[in-house]
Amino acid sequence: MKVRAQVSMVFNLDKCIGCHTCSIACKNIWSDRRGAEYMWWNNVETKPGTGYPTLWEDQEKYRGGWERTDREPRLRLHSRGGGLAKLFFNPRLPTIDDYYEPWSYRYGDLLSAPAGDDQPVARPVSLVTGDPINIEAGPNWDDDLGGSPVYGAHDPNLAAVSEAERRQLFLLERMVLFYLPRICNHCANPGCVAACPSGAIYKRGEDGIVLVSQEKCRGWRMCVSGCPYKKVYYNWGSGKSEKCILCYPRQETGQAPACFHSCVGRLRYLGVLLYDAERIERSASRPDHDLVQAQREMILDPSDPEVVNKAAEEGIHPAVLAAARNSPVYRFVKEWRLALPLHPEFGTVPMLYYVPPLLPLAADRENGCYDLGGEFFTSLEQGRLPLRYLASLFSAGNEEIIRAVYRKLTAVRVHRRAATTGDVPAGELERFLAEAGTTPEEAEAIYHMTSLAGFDERHAVPPFMREMAMEMSVDPADRKGEAGTGFLRPPKRGW
Amino acid sequence: MRWIKELTDPKARRWEEFYRNRWQHDRVVRSTHGVNCTGGCSWLVYVKEGIVAWEMQATDYPRLEAGLPPYEPRGCQRGISFSWYLYSPLRIKHPTIRGSLLDLWRAAKEEHSDPLAAWGSIVEDSEKRRSYQQARGKGGFRRTSWDEALEITAASTLYTIKRYGPDRIVGFSPIPAMSMCSYAAGTRLLSLLGGVVLSFYDWYADLPPASPETWGEKTDVAESADWYNSKYIVVMGTNLSMTRTPDVHFVAEARTNGAKLVVLSPDFSQVSKYADWWLPVTAGHDGAFWMAVNHVILREFYVERHVPYFADYLARYSDAPFLVTLDRGDGERYVPGRLLRAESLPRYRREENGEWKFLVFDRLSGEPRMPGGSIGFRWQREAGRWNLEMKDGLDGAEIEPLLSLLDGRDDVLPVSITDYAGGTSVARGVPVRYLETATGRTPVTTVFDLLMANFGVGRGLSGDYPEDYNAAAPGTPAWQEEYTGVGRETLIRFAREWAGTAERTRGKCTIIVGSGANHWYHSNLTYRTGITALILCGCVGVNGGGLNHYTGQEKVAPEASWSLLAFAKDWTKGGRFQNTPSFHYVHSDQWRYDGGAADPRPDPKGGPAGRHPMDLQVDAVRMGWLPFYPQFDRNPLELVKEAEAAGAKGDEEIIRWVVEELEKKRLRFAVEEPDAPENWPRLWLIWRGNALLSSAKGHEYFLRHYLGTHDSSIADECAAEQVENAAWQDAAPRGKLDLVVDINFRMDTSALYSDIVLPTATWYEKDDLNTTDLHSFIHPLSAAVPPCWESRSDWEIFKALAEKISALARIHFPEPVRDIVAAPLLHDTPGEIAQSEVRGWHRGECEAVPGTTMPRLAVVERDFVHLLDRFVSLGEEVKREGIEERGLRWPVADLYDELLESAPVREWGGKRFPSLAEAVDAANAILHFAPETNGEVAWRAFRSLEEKTGLTLADLASDYRGTRYRFSDLVSQPRRILTSPCWSGVTNNGRPYAPYCLNVERLVPWRTLTGRQHFYLDHGWYRAFGEHLPTFKTRIDTEESGHLAKSRPVGKALMLNCLTPHGKWHMHTTYYDNHRMLTLSRGIEPFWLNDRDAEEIGVKDNEWVEVYNDNGVVVTRAVVSARIPRGVGIYYHAPERTISVPLSPLRGNRRAGGHNSLTRARLKPVLMAGGYGQLSYAFNAWGPPGSDRDTYVYVHKLEGALRY
Repeated sequence: MKVRAQVSMVFNLDKCIGCHTCSIACKNIWSDRRGAEYMWWNNVETKPGTGYPTLWEDQEKYRGGWERTDREPRLRLHSRGGGLAKLFFNPRLPTIDDYYEPWSYRYGDLLSAPAGDDQPVARPVSLVTGDPINIEAGPNWDDDLGGSPVYGAHDPNLAAVSEAERRQLFLLERMVLFYLPRICNHCANPGCVAACPSGAIYKRGEDGIVLVSQEKCRGWRMCVSGCPYKKVYYNWGSGKSEKCILCYPRQETGQAPACFHSCVGRLRYLGVLLYDAERIERSASRPDHDLVQAQREMILDPSDPEVVNKAAEEGIHPAVLAAARNSPVYRFVKEWRLALPLHPEFGTVPMLYYVPPLLPLAADRENGCYDLGGEFFTSLEQGRLPLRYLASLFSAGNEEIIRAVYRKLTAVRVHRRAATTGDVPAGELERFLAEAGTTPEEAEAIYHMTSLAGFDERHAVPPFMREMAMEMSVDPADRKGEAGTGFLRPPKRGW
Repeated sequence: MRWIKELTDPKARRWEEFYRNRWQHDRVVRSTHGVNCTGGCSWLVYVKEGIVAWEMQATDYPRLEAGLPPYEPRGCQRGISFSWYLYSPLRIKHPTIRGSLLDLWRAAKEEHSDPLAAWGSIVEDSEKRRSYQQARGKGGFRRTSWDEALEITAASTLYTIKRYGPDRIVGFSPIPAMSMCSYAAGTRLLSLLGGVVLSFYDWYADLPPASPETWGEKTDVAESADWYNSKYIVVMGTNLSMTRTPDVHFVAEARTNGAKLVVLSPDFSQVSKYADWWLPVTAGHDGAFWMAVNHVILREFYVERHVPYFADYLARYSDAPFLVTLDRGDGERYVPGRLLRAESLPRYRREENGEWKFLVFDRLSGEPRMPGGSIGFRWQREAGRWNLEMKDGLDGAEIEPLLSLLDGRDDVLPVSITDYAGGTSVARGVPVRYLETATGRTPVTTVFDLLMANFGVGRGLSGDYPEDYNAAAPGTPAWQEEYTGVGRETLIRFAREWAGTAERTRGKCTIIVGSGANHWYHSNLTYRTGITALILCGCVGVNGGGLNHYTGQEKVAPEASWSLLAFAKDWTKGGRFQNTPSFHYVHSDQWRYDGGAADPRPDPKGGPAGRHPMDLQVDAVRMGWLPFYPQFDRNPLELVKEAEAAGAKGDEEIIRWVVEELEKKRLRFAVEEPDAPENWPRLWLIWRGNALLSSAKGHEYFLRHYLGTHDSSIADECAAEQVENAAWQDAAPRGKLDLVVDINFRMDTSALYSDIVLPTATWYEKDDLNTTDLHSFIHPLSAAVPPCWESRSDWEIFKALAEKISALARIHFPEPVRDIVAAPLLHDTPGEIAQSEVRGWHRGECEAVPGTTMPRLAVVERDFVHLLDRFVSLGEEVKREGIEERGLRWPVADLYDELLESAPVREWGGKRFPSLAEAVDAANAILHFAPETNGEVAWRAFRSLEEKTGLTLADLASDYRGTRYRFSDLVSQPRRILTSPCWSGVTNNGRPYAPYCLNVERLVPWRTLTGRQHFYLDHGWYRAFGEHLPTFKTRIDTEESGHLAKSRPVGKALMLNCLTPHGKWHMHTTYYDNHRMLTLSRGIEPFWLNDRDAEEIGVKDNEWVEVYNDNGVVVTRAVVSARIPRGVGIYYHAPERTISVPLSPLRGNRRAGGHNSLTRARLKPVLMAGGYGQLSYAFNAWGPPGSDRDTYVYVHKLEGALRY
């Protein structure tokens, strides 16, 4: 057992409203710079849809992540040796059209237009060339099922459902959408790290945050290809790759990442997970059906004395262990088994987790009339998305895992309905709890965390003990006086 | 695994300070966004090197009671992108003016040393006037100085006052709550000048008329945390994810807590993803759904079963038990008449205000009895009898009102019930008693019995009642299918779940509703049918229940003290308040294009129902129902002089003289000939809003008739033959306005079309106050950085304008002058019991009595020399008169003196006044005098309500008497508003605000005719238009809309109902042009249409389309989506014309327009009613809204090359 601490996260998709406040919080602080215009370290996608960059989930196209082989997982992109051969030609990069060509407008014309015979207007122009542009793509182009015949209908996950189901999904009575917020997954088995020929990408020992060193990066962009989530971006201004840094400067000062802080749907949770680094490979190599279970097994119980001892041996600070015991993420992922990894079959062992969304009941249309029936709340059988679709996203196709999550989420609602309204027929509540394999106590705890939890309960930022980290290279007492002095210069191209 | 690089080496990680440096910042300041979004979110603004670098949400709202999710964080994608604006290329950095006007001005100043003479030489010369009017909106801006811009504005102001009168100066600024001092700056100046303050809430169609109709309150709703208390949530015509972004989590959380969520929306809207049930009710037809829901509720929960909670609630808190006379209609049929008046019975003949007290049938005495609480008790001499105790107003005996006269009825009479949708009428038997009244033997029934007939629940009575739910009779689940597309079984299940939940929880069912339902012409009916389902199930005045309408951040929590400052009531009572829909309908000449009556109605002969809305509008002004400015065809300052020259002494004689002039038709209301030059508005000040596009229904008519520039309407004027009350000029004037001044921080459409643009501070550069109805906190805007470039805060701008006007006034108005002000009969004053019958003095039906049968008239003094002094000083009127709000008044003289001791003061004219020189002073004065922010004031206000009602109420404030909030307190943390009698919720001990809890729990009457919630509206116009009972009328059809009278499909075109729900990437037009928002959307506001519809006209996703009707044209890109129903196009509110708008080949290759290029204002006549209880005028609270959803368009693929 090799205990590692990872700052990890849960997105409760039921509460996501696709508002993108998170995206802008991130953009404002981190990627509002020349060369970074097109980067959205945090973005939010409408599902069904093709996302940003378009069709990122299609690894036939991008060759991201890992392939399972007989021996050990292998990068889809290339072997390490093969990579060197391709240094100067990597066909598996998204093009600007796969992202979008960033644009702005000639805003100034509104004020400066000379007197004329018609109203002046601010025309769109490319931020790359400065020339007028015909805008044909953006970072959120298929938002809210915009262009559903072009985008929604080509969601790669729809391959998992039947042709008939696919057609129905775009009928009004079955219509559905939900949102998928995405940042770097800070994977336990990161494809970007493995793909980097410069050794510029690393996982921080103390918190598992994956970073691209802006000193060492030489702009080979293999990380862009290697990441199956397309969450590493090439900065054309600085010539280096950049990605989500999980707001370590904020976390180091006790604050949640900006996207988490700003999540107005209150759906994001942050906390420490302990995991067994020796099990990473096993987690990544199991057959699809078992991937989620394997990843759950990799996560360690922070109250287990053996884990605590091993953690101490590894030098994990007791305060971090305490944070791990207080971690809402641990409860969602391991205790309640509600939160699932996104596309575990990509093999990177992503360390962010998603609670699938509840969906409205599907309806029938007869004689031109729209009719609903069945359950008081959403039901498994009549939900608007086939379970297979959700399984394609969150459990590598294992529908039983999705079904179990839905049973529990519904049981929580029935439990609270009974407690607050009392109109659940006798025996019904017990049936729901039993089918979900849960108890009133657990249902109450889930209810509390998903409904009532305040900011500090949702975001259990561990202590970073910065003075100890600093001490390894500089005396904190000196740093106290000198921090911030010096000249700030933008990074120079490294090559 | 060997490739995983885990790094702890500090050297290799030194580079990490790269990102740490970015996060470093210098200052964090609390502010918010003064935008009409209802968010009212508290934000932290991060300043780095003296520049605003980014913003993040504050999360330190005080927690409400235990068991509720917290408010944090609040603030959406739009708010968090605001910092982009500060240094963007759209920022107005300097005073800016249209070059052609500047040249004229400078030349005029060469010739005329006096600025007024210079201004006159421009505007009186038609060629010069045309030259700069035609240039409006077409570029040619130049930088000018503050001094020059203010001089032109001040000269125009005084010139207009002198030549035409102060009521030709108008100002528009929306939604004070979002930055209330900034709003107050402009309206304070206007009120001191005698200028006209334009309303916003009704103009935006955000005012839900059903709220005043039912409750006598413009809007009163629960804060969003209270949604969590609900167990059955219906979301109708609102898209919480889009428009209640910071609040929608409460809905998700309520669901987890066992609430069911049902969404009614024609498209699969974003909030539908949350729903348990999504019901795609046909757009505009939600009312039919609720009609049938009420049918089921009445049948199953009132007839087949007796639910004590429902019946008791209905008897005590609604007008259901009140007696209504039945009048003879056609043939054997009867029609519902007026509420039976107490004075018509011998027992109550001597009652004071007996015409305004109403009767129920009492079980105990077996006689009609007069419970207290009706409006007659409110305004009678003897105080303390206006309450909801069920006691006879005469002798105090207990009353048990009968809901129905079914048992012990004298007769069953056939009452005519009309199905307006189907155009048929049926006769349904209603139980009656006969009473001997002043007019003889009169059949009476109860409102409840009429409801039963209205909703078709037979109870074994004779007449045309449906047998069961499957009968296609009006009101049944089967009947509604045709209109809503929702199956009957689903509807029946819904109704049972709804009422069943309410029964279990004592009323914890709610409807969250918004503009998707409210922007229709018949929105009041849609709302009333839904409200009926709430009241029938005892859901109003209960935490977790009620109608929660959120559209427009209308709640100025400290309204009593804020309105004192905002309308300069500390100096004058001569404010002019205009309902904007009437103003624009008339002045922008949209009435000339109005084909007339749009209402389906059974019987248009005689009465108001067959007449053109313009005729009714004129009548409404004459009778004192609605305001209208300019008020007369003469300068009101000159009018006073003329009266005096004619021998009138004192105010009363002046008023009498003016009334005589009106009677003899020597003096005319301006509304009677709005196109005559002396009746035009002349100067328009716009601030904090986008008056020329965002809210300008009939935008193209604004361009044509107000501005005199180009437009793209092709509509014919068609009202000439129909309108009798207003003079018709053959050629409609083009370019009525002499000057348009816009105060703005960005180059939006209004700025682009204005003559002068003054740079204002953004929300991160000034101090102000903010409240909303979505939460119960008051918190500040504060300056993170000083106003950028040459900008100034609104407070400073209006102060500077006042200074300029005062200086010019020394020459032109050296002495105070007198002004005569006409104003309508007001709600919450005795004027609301002025007209129990509709009678026109102008038709000789009654005497002309100001304040009773016609507008109130008052002579007031204007002192232009001391304009600035008054602006910056809190006048002594408040010390003398106390503060008045919602019919209550409480003393504050000692609190006034307290300010003189503790706050900055101004001294002039030998007196000391509390200073309002700085915006912070104004904010502190507002906080000091408001019950919501000063516990002592709350206590006094409750004492005042105790006197009025005879109830014990001040206990609600006694625990908080020592609480005082100052501006600096709010800067450190948002503060929760205190329980106040100006509102109806109870916020003590962290309880979430829910409306009408005071009424239900403490028996304070609603401010309505009966003092109860009204199903029945017996006003003559309501009966004439068939809206006396909650009913269903379809949306206005294509032909009646008049939008496509001339337009023809060009090529492969599709006719669609064009809906404009609130958008995701902007708040109205604010943020629309923001680079972040444009990047996350499609770089433009596209037109959404159904995939099969698009296929039919050969349009693919992202292709350009032309959308057009008679009013104008839009060119934008199509978004093709299966989420949109067929026959509907969605163009989210609201784009700017400034961003990426190409030329329209269809309309002469000129620049295409915006969303309001497709609309035209239309007034609904019943909503003009006045002088009648809750149907009485109040600013932003009553009057016909500017509906916009009954709009039809053609759409086709843009042909040829795209051209800008």
